[in-house]
Amino acid sequence: MSRLLHALPPLALLAALAALPLALGSNPYLLNALIVTGILTIGAMSLNLLLGYTGQLSLGHIAFFGIGAYVSALTSLGFDVELGFGLRAVHEPWPAAVGFVLAVVAAGACGYLIGRLSFRVRGAYFVLVTISFAEVVRLVALNWVELTQGPLALTNIPAITLGLPGLGTWTLRTKLQNYYLVLAVGTLCWFVVARLVGARFGRAMRGLKENESLALSVGINATRTLTVAAVVSAAMAGAAGSLYAHYLRIIDPEVFAFTTTVGMVIMVVAGGKGTLMGPVVGGLIFGLLPVALRPVMAPEAQWIVYGLVLIVILFVMPRGIVPGLAGLVRRRPARAVPVLEASPEAPR
Amino acid sequence: MDQLIQHLVNTLILGGTYALLGIGLTLIFGIMNVVNFTHGALYTVGAYLTYLAVAALGLDLFLALPVAILGGLLLGALIEIVLLRPLRGQDIDTTMLVMIGAGIVLQSGTLWIFGGVAKAVPSPFPEAPLQIGPASVSWLRLFVLGAALLLIGLTYALINRTKLGLAMRATFQDADTAALMGVNVRVIYTATFAMGSALAAAAGALLGPVYVVHPQMGGPAELKAFAIVILGGLGNVTGAAIGGFILALAEELGAGYISSGYRDAMGFLIIIAVLLYRPTGLFAKAERVG
Repeated sequence: MSRLLHALPPLALLAALAALPLALGSNPYLLNALIVTGILTIGAMSLNLLLGYTGQLSLGHIAFFGIGAYVSALTSLGFDVELGFGLRAVHEPWPAAVGFVLAVVAAGACGYLIGRLSFRVRGAYFVLVTISFAEVVRLVALNWVELTQGPLALTNIPAITLGLPGLGTWTLRTKLQNYYLVLAVGTLCWFVVARLVGARFGRAMRGLKENESLALSVGINATRTLTVAAVVSAAMAGAAGSLYAHYLRIIDPEVFAFTTTVGMVIMVVAGGKGTLMGPVVGGLIFGLLPVALRPVMAPEAQWIVYGLVLIVILFVMPRGIVPGLAGLVRRRPARAVPVLEASPEAPR
Repeated sequence: MDQLIQHLVNTLILGGTYALLGIGLTLIFGIMNVVNFTHGALYTVGAYLTYLAVAALGLDLFLALPVAILGGLLLGALIEIVLLRPLRGQDIDTTMLVMIGAGIVLQSGTLWIFGGVAKAVPSPFPEAPLQIGPASVSWLRLFVLGAALLLIGLTYALINRTKLGLAMRATFQDADTAALMGVNVRVIYTATFAMGSALAAAAGALLGPVYVVHPQMGGPAELKAFAIVILGGLGNVTGAAIGGFILALAEELGAGYISSGYRDAMGFLIIIAVLLYRPTGLFAKAERVG
């Protein structure tokens, strides 16, 4: 019964999101905002795995999003680059759906490499190393013009084509089709995160977040746990990046913008880090806030509002909107139960 | 060879302002344990204050510099009192996120007020550069180097020769003991943040006239400042001063001999390499990376 009760809010949200386009009619502006919001929300969900569950503030998360976007775009566009030493890499275009899979794999692999290196340091140093990695990747995307077209952007990226044997194929060109694709991928990511954090692995992650030395002393393998979290998180961000590339069908090195990472961090922190629902709620609010603010203020002024909201939330509701509201509903704020509390049966 | 000499001259000029940026950040990082994501925004604010002082008030560059420093000092004190003081004792990630929020507000604020078009600050110096052997330096850049070295010297004197500096050093070593000895740690924190911010604003005020002033100039500058701090070691003022020149050298040589597109990558590569292989910085004796 309680399991059902727990599953109710996400299911209700999913149903509402699935029905939303019907209510909106075919307003392309709103639908576009929803699709981009959905893609960024997937990014926020992936960031939450690191920031919320393991407590590692990665400010280079956009690297994996951008790598996913570029890998997917280049796979489906093809390329021909000189590698030096007389070597040349030529790639004929492959279907966009293959690009999506490769984007997930490539982003995951980068998550492994960067994670293995970055998790050697903690706290402020981890933050700075992750920012640095992301900026180096951005500069490569900007300067390796032969491969990425640099600031001229990769254009004419094909839309994703899905096929089922015996049922034919669909090329997802319309906004409505892309909306449901993003919703499907987002739902899948939700399940991946839910399975991971609900299992023993999730307790290991939270243990590391609360007290790393204690977690190590009870036999949690910190490096392995953090690396797995980083790989899954990066792969999900790569999936989001791929969706972004095939939806907008044009990408330039601006997909690596630091402000996008900050936007995802705001979504996670405001929604409630370390909760399943938090990044989704935060993502919907902050993804759609520009739609609400557009008539009243200029885009640069909107970022002032985001910055202020981030500060106010950290002061007023440091655990985020979802845990904050849940606490209000229960009247008495739920006491955080430390994962590594001494077992009550232990002899005194 | 001539090219190399020119690169070394450029390194000196650039290194002086980088050192200012780094010293400001390392004081805040070291003494307060705050990762200051408003540093770049204060650098931008310093540059815009110079622009305002010269273009709107008609002051010359020599008077605009103190205006920018004073502005940075006041804004830094304000940020510390309003945002950081209530957060004392919170974990480092919370303060970091609040600082990111404040940085966004400041950066978007300058964009909103001044617009996205880059502004040039008129220089009072003659156009013709000074020739020193094969290298040439503009008078403006020489002034920038001189002013940066003067400010570095003043900062050193303040830290090593004054009572305030003594209290700052004591707080860096052990805030609780310093408080027991009668140091008003709250005031020291505010003074430290204000001073660090003033140095960032000074760096912006000095480099603004050399390049152009625009709202996004703070982002790269901030990450360079982090690279310098990490290079020099946490809270190590001398390390930050040397680190500023090392980063400038790496950028000049990287841009000159590898590719100018990767100039800004040098700082990041330094951060990655130093943190992964020598996390206490190049000049630290014994510090723990937490």
